[in-house]
Amino acid sequence: MTGAVEFDWEWVVEHLDLIGALLLDHVILTALAVGIGLVISFPLAVLAHRNRRLFPPITWAAGILYTIPSLALFALLVPFTGLTKVTAEIGLVSYTLLILIRNIVVGLDGVPADTKEAARGMGYTDRQLLWRVELPLALPAVVAGIRIATVTTIGLVTVTAIITEGGLGQLILDALQRRLDFTRAFTGASLSLLLAIGADVLLIGVQRFLTPWARGRVLAR
Amino acid sequence: MTGPGFFSRVFDWFTDPVQWSGPTSIPIRFLEHIVTSGVSVAIAAAIALPVAMYIGHRRRFELMVISVANLGRAVPSFGLLVLFVIIIGLRLTWPASLRPSIILAMVLLAIPPILTNTYVGIQGVDPDLLESSRGMGMSETQVLRRIELPLAAPLIVAGLRIAAVQVVATATLAAIVAGGGFGRYIIDGFATSDEVKIFGGALLVALLAILTELAFGVLERAVTPRSMSRAEVRMQTVEVRTPPVAGTGY
Repeated sequence: MTGAVEFDWEWVVEHLDLIGALLLDHVILTALAVGIGLVISFPLAVLAHRNRRLFPPITWAAGILYTIPSLALFALLVPFTGLTKVTAEIGLVSYTLLILIRNIVVGLDGVPADTKEAARGMGYTDRQLLWRVELPLALPAVVAGIRIATVTTIGLVTVTAIITEGGLGQLILDALQRRLDFTRAFTGASLSLLLAIGADVLLIGVQRFLTPWARGRVLAR
Repeated sequence: MTGPGFFSRVFDWFTDPVQWSGPTSIPIRFLEHIVTSGVSVAIAAAIALPVAMYIGHRRRFELMVISVANLGRAVPSFGLLVLFVIIIGLRLTWPASLRPSIILAMVLLAIPPILTNTYVGIQGVDPDLLESSRGMGMSETQVLRRIELPLAAPLIVAGLRIAAVQVVATATLAAIVAGGGFGRYIIDGFATSDEVKIFGGALLVALLAILTELAFGVLERAVTPRSMSRAEVRMQTVEVRTPPVAGTGY
């Protein structure tokens, strides 16, 4: 039973409200995951940067979470947090940790020792050094991490539709349940792809704006 | 939600003899998962390796390779899987682990990591080394086979590792479109609200993914030339799935 591979523009025009709502939902789920991921990753990365011995166990734990396939990670949580958005968010946040921690640590490591010494000579405390010197200089690597975490999360949010309604994955799942409807599947998949590319481009802009001194140097691969 | 004794019920699920023989048993699901994943990675490697070797040796099309890596990360695997099923059809007469729609989607997802890492590995070989090899009278094929490939080997294996873990994950999702493998337990568990089955299946999938990662990690170490450190390899790896320690390179 193959559905007709024909894109039905009329359906799209008639359902713009639904598509818009799911798109917005997708953006919120992503932003929340990357935001919470950042809040958790930042202290862990600073800790790993200052105490080198903590780096391997922290990245090891984050690496294991990262390796577990998304559907399995959600499924492992379902018996405890149910088929809910909370389950989806815990899973999504877990995936951002490795990416963010690694990039923040690399960024902090890249700050020249001379610069830090000069700041200390000027009487900066550890905290001032971190916020006023290290973090701004680490910003290109940090934003590169946020870019990759965001793009990855946007793709993973499509999977969350399997456990809880919402997001563009809903259209893909609906396509399966409505005799393989090409229009819904293509709309969901292509919007997710475009959203990921759009977010990537937007974040490149943010990075350039925040770090005018590094323009042209950082082309994350 | 879970009541007390949940874990002992999961334990019972695993030790139930039903789980160890018959067409829906763990060994059969394991075989299905491994066959789908293995076939997909093999096809992807057969396509991506020669292409990456050629363009890496010629040191061209760098922008194209980076774009493929970025695009590979942005493509939603669930969407790709469903689209292929719609376009090609379920083909239920094929064995569950060899349905063309599922294999094709997974091949497409496995190509970017193999392509980019092989390219980066070959293209990163010291140009002086290549020049002296040519000066010694090596042909281009010899340069590729004796110098570039051995030095790029750890990155090539890293690319295969990332592709394999990604494919094991996508094979899990394939259960939604009537694929076989461990994902069946999760999807069938969802359909019958059987949390023990969902959890058991998820444990199996997680274990398989971690073992895949570890196995390729061992291989990666084995092919790393003594002159090269692990950290060096790590820094160069273009994790299409996990990313780079980006912001530094290029």
